[in-house]
Amino acid sequence: MTEEKIYKVQICTGTLCHVMGGAELPALEDHLPEEIKSKVKVKGMVCANYCTETNLKPPFVLINGELMSEASIDKIIHYIQNCEKNDTFK
Amino acid sequence: MTHSNNATLTRRELLIQLCKLLKEDTIEEQIDRIPLNMRPKGNQSLRCCVHKDRAVLKYKIMALLGFNIDDETDELTSLQDYLHLAKERKTLTPKVMTVVDEACSSCQQGSYNVSNMCKGCEARPCAVNCPKDAVHFVKGQAEIDHDVCVNCGKCLQECPFHAIIYSPVPCEEACPVKAISKDEQGIEHIDYDKCIYCGKCMAACPYGAIMEKSHIIEIFQAWESKKEIIALVAPSIIAQFRQSVPKIYNAIKKMGFSDIIEVAEGAEMTIEHETEEWSERMHAGCQLMTTSCCHAYTELVKKHIPELEGKVSETPSPMVYAGKLAKERFPNAVTVFIGPCTAKRHEAFFVEDIDYTLSFEELGALLVANNIEVEEMNNEIDIKYANSDAQFFAQSGGVSRAIINKADESLKEEIINGIDKTSIRQLKQIAKGKTESNFIEVMSCEGGCLAGVNSLIKGKQAVTVFQKNQEEISS
Ligand code: FES
Repeated sequence: MTEEKIYKVQICTGTLCHVMGGAELPALEDHLPEEIKSKVKVKGMVCANYCTETNLKPPFVLINGELMSEASIDKIIHYIQNCEKNDTFK
Repeated sequence: MTHSNNATLTRRELLIQLCKLLKEDTIEEQIDRIPLNMRPKGNQSLRCCVHKDRAVLKYKIMALLGFNIDDETDELTSLQDYLHLAKERKTLTPKVMTVVDEACSSCQQGSYNVSNMCKGCEARPCAVNCPKDAVHFVKGQAEIDHDVCVNCGKCLQECPFHAIIYSPVPCEEACPVKAISKDEQGIEHIDYDKCIYCGKCMAACPYGAIMEKSHIIEIFQAWESKKEIIALVAPSIIAQFRQSVPKIYNAIKKMGFSDIIEVAEGAEMTIEHETEEWSERMHAGCQLMTTSCCHAYTELVKKHIPELEGKVSETPSPMVYAGKLAKERFPNAVTVFIGPCTAKRHEAFFVEDIDYTLSFEELGALLVANNIEVEEMNNEIDIKYANSDAQFFAQSGGVSRAIINKADESLKEEIINGIDKTSIRQLKQIAKGKTESNFIEVMSCEGGCLAGVNSLIKGKQAVTVFQKNQEEISS
């Protein structure tokens, strides 16, 4: 049996990320295209200070540990689809 | 796909910047720098150039300081000057929104236009089917004569190449009562004789050109004066953070509110009195009664459907009752209503017991400025929650649900879920008696206050969070 690829999407639940659009990101689960639906797990994470320690903009999301700033549902889906297409799953 | 967009996020970023400077007490020196910091040189500009971008931001800040953009007399007035004026001002205004003309892109008048996909085909169904003969062909391409066109859209439906496009004016399209329109320069203006304060134009504008005038300055002044400040929180607040209700309330208290009163507690009184009023009216032979808690709806009746006037419940809204409770319990306190609604800001202006209003977006910005993580708050709080019927006022159908639970079984409800052009026609029919129902609930936002224009979480997500949190506090 081959090991299943799972994309772990962690959405920052810190107040800044929440206010700057992160509040809507959990809707990701309702928007996932069929072909990747079963491969994506959505979770929350507490503020890991990306908001104060980087010059990047919120909301922040980690996808299998990879940091995404100014995250949006579209951006997350694109990222995962690209990984699938180019077989760059990490 | 989601509800927030860059225009919304710009507004929130401005709010956060403003609240941070107020909190750090560096606003005097720093306020005129906000536009520069947010749009530094060398970065790509959204509009023609970075200077235009900054000018737009300046005026958006002016609105957040509580000013009407139209009232500017000298363009050289700095934000620092406006800050001083804001601090000196003694009264608020009932005109709760303002158009930032610098940001308004004067979208072309809503119209049908022929794109270059037009092949000038032989069939020319666009011209054949136009009832006004407004389509002509110039050099083999269709052209629409806008002086004759009545915007019926037949050409768009008929064109086999989808060559005809409709370009809307988003704010005008969103306004259910034609209260926003262009001046000679194409800039939008709100006609306050028609406006029902629903905030739909604000949510619709892709340039974020329509801004709510914030009370942030007044609220900070109240904090500085060390007065007691009471937060009156609308029931929809429990859908605004994916955190437990005690944590949310504790976060608000930590920010500097001495106590919390749930507006749902006021809703309990509204339910009581509105049910009684309905029964009395039915006994007196009235055919129907409508709700009165949604302020955009009562404004709609006043300004656009006067035939319904006598049929609107006279029971005060939950906010009014909550304000009364607050001033009874804390006679010297400053009261701040916290909710998702532009119309409530207008209503509050006329309610003596409510001093200021804070939107959910502004609340979020204040939490950020105070470095408060809702998640880290204590999960215990000493509060007697309002009953769940009252909490459900936040959702479309909630008022009916509460009244049904109290009234006798002769009550037949009808729910108008959202005010738009169609539901206004429906209400006009109801005014003529064309309904089987005797209790009409009207909510301006589709979905109720959970879909309020200032919400951080909206739509299906808000409903899910609301239900989860509601269950937790009612068990
Ligand atoms: S709030 Fe998201 S990283 Fe700090």
